[in-house]
Amino acid sequence: MFETLILMLDATMRVSTPLIFAALAGLYSERAGIVDIGLEGKILGSAFAAAAGAAIFGSALIGLCFGIIASVSLAMIHGFACITHRGDHIVSGVAINTIVAGLTVTLSMDWFGMGGQTPTLSGDSRFMSITLPFADSLANVPVIGLIYSELLSGHNILVYLSFVMVPVTFWVVYKTRFGLRLRAVGENPHAVDAAGISVAFLRYRALIVCGILCGLAGAYLSTAHNAGFLRDMSAGKGYMALAALIFGKWRPVPVLFACLLFGFLDAVAVRMQGVVVPGIGEVPVQAIEVLPYVLTILLLAGFIGKAVGPKAVGQPYVKERG
Amino acid sequence: MSEAKVPAWVNIALIPFLNIFLAFIVSGLVILAIGENPLEAAGYLIYGAFGYNEGIGYTLYYATNLIFTGLAVSVAFKGGLFNIGGEGQAYIGGEGQAYIGGLGVGLVCLALDHTMPLYVIAPLAILGAGAFGAAWAYIPAYLQARRGSHIVITTIMFNFIASSLMVYLIVNWLREDGRMVPNSRTFEESAWLPYLHQLLSPLGIDIGDSPLNLAFLLALICCVFVWGLIWHTRWGYQLRTLGTNPTAARYAGIDTAKVTIWAMLISGGLAGFVGVNEIMGVNHNLLLNFTAGYGFAGIAVSLMGRNHPIGIVLAAVLFGALYQGGAELAFEIPTITPEIVVVIQGLVILFSGALEHMFKDRIEGFFIRRALA
Repeated sequence: MFETLILMLDATMRVSTPLIFAALAGLYSERAGIVDIGLEGKILGSAFAAAAGAAIFGSALIGLCFGIIASVSLAMIHGFACITHRGDHIVSGVAINTIVAGLTVTLSMDWFGMGGQTPTLSGDSRFMSITLPFADSLANVPVIGLIYSELLSGHNILVYLSFVMVPVTFWVVYKTRFGLRLRAVGENPHAVDAAGISVAFLRYRALIVCGILCGLAGAYLSTAHNAGFLRDMSAGKGYMALAALIFGKWRPVPVLFACLLFGFLDAVAVRMQGVVVPGIGEVPVQAIEVLPYVLTILLLAGFIGKAVGPKAVGQPYVKERG
Repeated sequence: MSEAKVPAWVNIALIPFLNIFLAFIVSGLVILAIGENPLEAAGYLIYGAFGYNEGIGYTLYYATNLIFTGLAVSVAFKGGLFNIGGEGQAYIGGEGQAYIGGLGVGLVCLALDHTMPLYVIAPLAILGAGAFGAAWAYIPAYLQARRGSHIVITTIMFNFIASSLMVYLIVNWLREDGRMVPNSRTFEESAWLPYLHQLLSPLGIDIGDSPLNLAFLLALICCVFVWGLIWHTRWGYQLRTLGTNPTAARYAGIDTAKVTIWAMLISGGLAGFVGVNEIMGVNHNLLLNFTAGYGFAGIAVSLMGRNHPIGIVLAAVLFGALYQGGAELAFEIPTITPEIVVVIQGLVILFSGALEHMFKDRIEGFFIRRALA
């Protein structure tokens, strides 16, 4: 029983990683007042660019750089539409998701011609798992050994990085000048403008950070979690991250727990296939799969707690002419 | 920026044309990057869509779905689910509503196809599609109007829930006995909507062997219905008022919550009709993922068609031609995938939706200055 739990938590960490990156990306963007439906597209674009780069240059790190470049470029298109041209954030996000869904398949067919996949990555072109020091020697110690060697050790660098990004984000958003301004521009851009700070430049910077984090999420999917790019491999993770962001009420630490909860539900859904629960019977996998979305809707409707986003989110900023 | 001073043709023709032109230019660059000739590709595309009778039939069959989703989006657009104080729009939900609408059709057909003739089943199935689509839209609409939860987010969540629900129902309850394929049994022929080629061939009109069916007529009827509803009823006036100026609507005593909910119900019902075309008209069984992104494509159609039924029909035919032409293109030039059509769609949404102010303001400014000079 204990071992099963550890294995499930282990799976949870793997599944949650892209959610954590993407939800934190959304946090920077939405805290600055830019709604980002385009997380999904950025993840998918980055997953493709990272896998393609890793396949061609034979290095996962070079792939990661390409993934980040692709994702940041998409974030800049979003910024160009929403910030510079005061376009609708939702429409822009839908456009980016649609373009990426088509473009990744079109390009991968042309470059690799494998039905929209990239070649299978191996060796240096993938992020390999890291064994933490003493993991093997501690493996036989009861309880602690299992937790350390199974749960904490043996992930790849991106998994650890995603967990590190949570305190980093907390520090940036709450303890730095940039973070203070970021939060201010999402609540009241006019005040930021009156203080003599450029609203547009600040929001663009938030979107660059958002792009980098989505790039990490995408690269993790195609060069660490899987060995290559598959068509539509983001499979709604960007939207689930958005749900996690709302569920965590736009705050770094609660967002982490929301991602872990959703990841855990994912791991449970896989394991519950065909398992008969005493007293209930067989729980349909789909019922567990929709829980993240159902929970988020209940929260939004105010049935469990309350989720209130940044005040100026989604509103184009127009400078007052005095 | 007063619309009155800008000639009508600018808004109706010039700006949409510019947007689609830009989208084609960028897509042409993608085709160039692949190493193919964009003009040759465009030639195949046009031939595939309009060059022969069957192609035209396919184009109109795709257009049928796009008219439904385009109308659904435009009702939500008109209803000020567009900019109520930064609240987003409701139309992201079209995909899920269309999916559940198909469930309504499927259930009616599965229940009645052994016992009833087509003229009984068809109206009931159409009702089923509309009712199921509308019911699926009702919950997010209610939450938005009464509890203030962001409708865009809830509709996104509802798309995923719809998708999981359909998998569950089809795999566990509606699947044909003893088969592994996740779809229901094929309906009896009494629950098949007639193909238009069956109806037109006695008249000497040949549209080839395409899946175009009676649902196309339903789509045209819906266009007339939406046009009448929005521009010729009291409710339509309230809807447009709410969309143009929510504050004024509230001061005029319009029950904004009620209008919002009704707009969503109609929008959901229209999206649900995709199920009539796909389930009753073409596949003749209930299957997974028949919506295939039409819900999202409806956004592009609505933006191109300027939220007017006539414009939506034209835009739907244009996108239908892209779908059909894209299939032809992929067949003729194997290095180009049909997904290039999805890229063009996305670019249209980007240029005519997200970047609308980029040209619109400048062009309108130009014409206004010219009018004043």
